[in-house]
Amino acid sequence: MKDKILEVSAIKDGTVIDHIPADHLFKVITILGLDIVSKKITFGTNLESKKLGKKAIIKLSGVFFKDKDINKISLVAPLAKLNVIRNYEVVDKKIVEIPDDIIGIVKCFNPQCITNNEAITTKFRVISKSEVKLKCHYCEKITDAEHMEIL
Amino acid sequence: MIYKSLVSINDYSKKEYIEILDLAAEFENNPIRETLKGKVIATLFFEPSTRTRLSFESAISKLGGKIVGFTDSSSSSVTKGETLYDTIKTVSNYSDLIVMRHPLEGSARYASEITNIPIINAGDGANQHPTQTMLDMYSIRKTQGTLENLNIFLVGDLKYGRTVHSLLMAMSQFNPTFNFISPDELKIPEGYKYFLDNLGLKYYEHKDFTDIISRADIIYMTRVQKERFSDPIEYERTKNTYVLKNNMLTNTKDSMRILHPLPRVSEIDIDVDQNPKAYYFNQALNGVFVRQAIITSTLGLI
Repeated sequence: MKDKILEVSAIKDGTVIDHIPADHLFKVITILGLDIVSKKITFGTNLESKKLGKKAIIKLSGVFFKDKDINKISLVAPLAKLNVIRNYEVVDKKIVEIPDDIIGIVKCFNPQCITNNEAITTKFRVISKSEVKLKCHYCEKITDAEHMEIL
Repeated sequence: MIYKSLVSINDYSKKEYIEILDLAAEFENNPIRETLKGKVIATLFFEPSTRTRLSFESAISKLGGKIVGFTDSSSSSVTKGETLYDTIKTVSNYSDLIVMRHPLEGSARYASEITNIPIINAGDGANQHPTQTMLDMYSIRKTQGTLENLNIFLVGDLKYGRTVHSLLMAMSQFNPTFNFISPDELKIPEGYKYFLDNLGLKYYEHKDFTDIISRADIIYMTRVQKERFSDPIEYERTKNTYVLKNNMLTNTKDSMRILHPLPRVSEIDIDVDQNPKAYYFNQALNGVFVRQAIITSTLGLI
């Protein structure tokens, strides 16, 4: 009997996002707005990874990102790597970087912050990148990695 | 002069602190003017703060301005469920400047982003109360003749005390030495020590008053509140340690002055009030001149 393998075909032009922590796949999808994109997208999750334990991967046909946009996922997928594909060849590799300012994405940990009480987009200045520390533009309190909650 | 909202003490540069203090000194010499004639100023107090509100309203009245507003949210449409956004948008139509006090942190920053008229923050929860900090600085400069190189003692609740944190940040631009006196449970947060370390400023922590206060230029007292303690027995044990009494002031400098943001409860014994080193009531008067300076410069009138 022949082995049946479900093959995810290679993409001709587009982007592959690799090394996403498996439990953050859907957050990455939301942050990048992939749930409303009409292009062909393939997801794989709970794949073996030495670095992450379980990782997820996203293949996007005909989708390319600006650095500014892709850096938005740095808080949920700091080790993510992007391969940019043109005509079946990897033409560029990118890693994500934490930006200086975070708009939206993260919830301020301070329950007394106005952003948790009225419909306001959160805004933070990144004051430390190695050990992520975000200073709220509104209440001026610091949300660290341990207390960080993704919206 | 400055013509922008005052939301956080960090909005002002060192040069701007000095400009405001100089202007406040002019108002002290000549507090009754017509500078705000024809101007309407809204004082929106979403939570009551009688002392702060009266100080602002006195400052506005002495300059001939008119006041509209409310003194706590129960007498406004907030109780009907109106958002802060809607309140600010609406009141912006009726006034030239909004002075606001709100229990939520960051509310004043948010307000300053949704209206074209300037906002003065009169306290946003535990976050900022910049006019208090400015009047503290005014009082320090007035009594010491300078803001530079002073030895400042901060006493009491250094963990939650908003006024203490803002004063520390603002004074850090003038090369101070800080001495912190507080119970273990209410010590100055690590973040502020880290901030001082980075600037290379000296600070010392103490658990009680000792002879060291003989070196003080300023003793800034704050209230130690019972509800801040996780263990009520610990409160009972320590509460009297942070009470300043007249006989403790014998060896302090003649030029030393005692400040307190008020209201005082029991942390300064009333026998201190007669001592010329007690300055807290004068400090409250200074608040009127400082607020006159901040309002007029925020409106670009001076």
